[in-house]
Amino acid sequence: MLTAFAILVDGLVFASWLFIVALGLTLIFGVMKILNVAHGSFYAFGAYVAANAIGVYYEAGLPPLGGFALMAGAALVVGVVLGTALERGLLRFMYGRDEVLTALVTFAVFLMMEDVIILVWGADPFFAYQPYGLLGVTEAGPLVLSNYDLSLIGLAFTLCAVTWWVLNRTRQGRLLIAVIHDRELAAAFGINVTRMFTLTFVIGAMLGALGGAVTAPMISVTPGIGVEVIVLAFAIVVIGGMGSIWGAVIGAVVVGVSRAAAVHLLPQVELFVIYAVMALVLAFRPEGLFSRAQARKI
Amino acid sequence: MGYGLGLVAAAAVLVGAGWVLPEWALFLAIVSLAKGLVVLGLVVLWRTGLVSFGQGLYYGLGAYTVGLLPQITGITDAVLLVATGTAIAGLVAFALGFLLSRYREIFFAMLCLAFAMILYGILVKTEALGSTDGFHVVAVTYLGYAPAIESANQVLYVFTAIVVVVLAGLVGRYLQSVTGQMTTAIRDNELRVEYLGFSVRRAVHTKFVIAGALAGAGGAIVATAIGHVDPEMVWWITSGEFVFVTILSGSGSVIAPFIGSTVFELLRSFALEYAPNFWQIIVGGSLLAVIMFLPGGLWSLVAKWRASGR
Amino acid sequence: MKSTIATKSRGGRARLLGLAAAATLAATIAPGATAQGSLKVGIVGFYTGAAAGPFGIPARNAAELVIEAMNAGKVPAPYQSAGAGGLQIDAVYIDESGGTAKVVTDYRNAVQRQGVEAFVGYISSGSCLAIAPVAEELATFTILFDCGTPRIFEDASYTYVFRTAATATMDGVGAARYVAAKFPDIKNYQGINQNYAWGQDSWRDFELAMKALLPNAKSEDSLFPKLFAGQYGAEISSLSVKRPNVLHSSLWGGDLESFVLQSSARALNRQTTMILTTGETTMFRLGSKLPDGIILGARGPYGVYARDSELNTWFRNAYQDRFATPPTYPSYQMAQALLGLKIAYDKAATAAGGSKPTSAQAADGLAGAEYEAFGTTVKMALGNGRQAITETAYGLSKFDKETGTATITDIIRFPAECVNPPDGAKSVEWIQGGMQGAKCD
Repeated sequence: MLTAFAILVDGLVFASWLFIVALGLTLIFGVMKILNVAHGSFYAFGAYVAANAIGVYYEAGLPPLGGFALMAGAALVVGVVLGTALERGLLRFMYGRDEVLTALVTFAVFLMMEDVIILVWGADPFFAYQPYGLLGVTEAGPLVLSNYDLSLIGLAFTLCAVTWWVLNRTRQGRLLIAVIHDRELAAAFGINVTRMFTLTFVIGAMLGALGGAVTAPMISVTPGIGVEVIVLAFAIVVIGGMGSIWGAVIGAVVVGVSRAAAVHLLPQVELFVIYAVMALVLAFRPEGLFSRAQARKI
Repeated sequence: MGYGLGLVAAAAVLVGAGWVLPEWALFLAIVSLAKGLVVLGLVVLWRTGLVSFGQGLYYGLGAYTVGLLPQITGITDAVLLVATGTAIAGLVAFALGFLLSRYREIFFAMLCLAFAMILYGILVKTEALGSTDGFHVVAVTYLGYAPAIESANQVLYVFTAIVVVVLAGLVGRYLQSVTGQMTTAIRDNELRVEYLGFSVRRAVHTKFVIAGALAGAGGAIVATAIGHVDPEMVWWITSGEFVFVTILSGSGSVIAPFIGSTVFELLRSFALEYAPNFWQIIVGGSLLAVIMFLPGGLWSLVAKWRASGR
Repeated sequence: MKSTIATKSRGGRARLLGLAAAATLAATIAPGATAQGSLKVGIVGFYTGAAAGPFGIPARNAAELVIEAMNAGKVPAPYQSAGAGGLQIDAVYIDESGGTAKVVTDYRNAVQRQGVEAFVGYISSGSCLAIAPVAEELATFTILFDCGTPRIFEDASYTYVFRTAATATMDGVGAARYVAAKFPDIKNYQGINQNYAWGQDSWRDFELAMKALLPNAKSEDSLFPKLFAGQYGAEISSLSVKRPNVLHSSLWGGDLESFVLQSSARALNRQTTMILTTGETTMFRLGSKLPDGIILGARGPYGVYARDSELNTWFRNAYQDRFATPPTYPSYQMAQALLGLKIAYDKAATAAGGSKPTSAQAADGLAGAEYEAFGTTVKMALGNGRQAITETAYGLSKFDKETGTATITDIIRFPAECVNPPDGAKSVEWIQGGMQGAKCD
């Protein structure tokens, strides 16, 4: 019973984290058809900027809750600066070219960013642990749960709801859906697709950076944290169906809960869980769980 | 006839270069040529519009075959080892190909990645094979001839050059055949190819097996050269690097992968020596530059030069 | 960037001179003959990626410091003669990142293209296993300074390859001996180790040693999170449910720090006694965030466990002055390996009688040697005199609030012959056999 409860909570927390990290990736893919490897760089930059800012902030002895605002601020800044630079500076020259080539462009950017991170922040770790302890713990029998972890579930829900609302209840969102369905037709109807792309990419970058920023207090921010995130986020997005928000939700929950179950019940298989789920889903639902069938063009 | 002569000439030039090259370059050439085989397989796939992000799977299979076979059977003959590695990688590609040939685009790429990562996981879990530390590969013999330790690399180089010329020659022949020519047609429009009466799935399956076998051969030779195998050969970054070199090379010719592979190894080696803090920036930057300014890869330079020469 | 890859000093030398001036007494190893010129030495480690912060950079810092002092003849006695065998050391720093194939290629390029004559380096056991046969093939004197796997000298024998640090076997056995000495009544123990060779081997050695020393305690199903997982929520819950009395972990770097931050926030350290075999690398970084009462290892008598000596005082102060942080175990291991290099070439210079020593002469110089290093005595006792054994030490973390620094209490030292197998024995079999022949008094 206790184990089942622990699996559920751990699974949901991990699923929420996965969703936060993968949302930006799936959004960018859905709208722009770009498999963005540099998402890992956004995550890493978000984490570094947040950790650096939080460190300075608490050193100065300012009100503790302000740390949370800093995380959001870090995501905003990284998203706007890096997102705009990458989209306007590089990716817009790639529109209309092979998707795989575009993915490789982002891979190249990711490689370069790895060096940039060491040049800017050095190899030593950054800590931003203060916000993690700030929210306290919840005790459930022998289990001590971190409220910060639990609040990730709330954040994931909020992001999910906001995304749904923007896509379905705002004019910009509906235009975006039109672009997702048929880019050329949307352009023919006078939708400014270029601006849509820039906007989407910047928002996706912000979400990636936000993933890094909210993770920063839980971890030691060191070089190389972006690499691990890329494969995880890809797996979620592929399982759910590339570009589908609901798919990302389901993908995250499936992976999150199966991983938690593996850790509690069968620690030996933990390493395979994600790839096994991914291979299984793809074997039966080639386009992922939540993807529309594509019309074949003659 | 002319094709066969060309191959013999290519082999002669490659083998001859072995006497001129300094030792460090000889080793780099072995690794470049062997990795070029993997890239050649990717080029075959790429001409169909498919990219595999999991070629490390077959590369690693070839390498682990060379590592394990001598321990199990006592065979140390390079020809047998590389042939077995190639065959095993090809067989696994054949088996997985039934599933994978149904997929296209990014789904194909990601499913390839998933399979490679499962093998990676298995290898990491296998402590008997040294987990991530890997294990030592014994020195090989060539049809009963065991070279002295000082000349081992010269002999391996000649062997590699011959394997590369033979395999590249076969692939070149294949690409000129009718099914081979179908590749670009499939990339442009699958349905139309089907209407012509060809099975696209079978064509894709064949190419996938070729790519897998070539990756196995490459992995087998690299394992012999390095003298060590470990799961990193199966990791997604390794697979990504092969895709990277494919783009760098261009798909214009069966020679392109070997040029691209050599340029890449040289670039990385010198970047590391002269700019140890920036080597990823240099490697990433050159990839960007190629994609942006040289869409046909390095081969388009060769093609342009040949066109202007005539 | 805290430091650049360059052997030339940047203002640190003046301070160094002052400190080292105190230390010039009688020499025990004075080279009879010295060669002229320089010796090109490859210094290899992870200078990028996740292992750079905890291992690669501290090691490189130590290398810069010690090589500079050695060239100037400023290392305290008995190492006060300038250079190695009179040769000025010309360091070439080479990044270990990028996989085994690249590491081997770089090694060959360094020897055959750049003319590197000797190597000190390698952090990953995979690199060490791959490099050793290549070093042998190219007949190049190579000292492995940090990697842990005992397989290197147990599965093969080498002429040109040395390791001046003890194997990881010592860490597992030492940890188990510390637990047996301090907490003999525990009922069960568990592990959380990264799912790759280092984590698997570390847990295997610890578990086997525990079974030999405390056969009544139960070994629980161990956890193996993915390398660089960073998130340990589910693992921490699982540990809270199982509640082992002792928790063994060989996590390192960012993973270790993340695990400590997450588990202490969730009070795991109050439910179980943690033993962190590489914990010393992070104690100063974590500072007050590292809970008290955690068993910390340093993979040998390094860092806070280093014995008091003139050599240690010099090294600690010079390092602290130059890099504004105390040296941790990778720094000590690198410095210790460089002393090995100096001893090898000092002796080889005598054998070469004034001409430049060969790698073979250097290898003869170091084989079977016993020498004082910055932390302890190094005995090249195993693998035909090529694998070192040293004593080791474990203790409990304690944050000193008054001075604001991390300290250690309850230190227990274990002699080299107590925690290392005798020559010729294979580590795993030795532990399984109940550690026959261990001399612990």
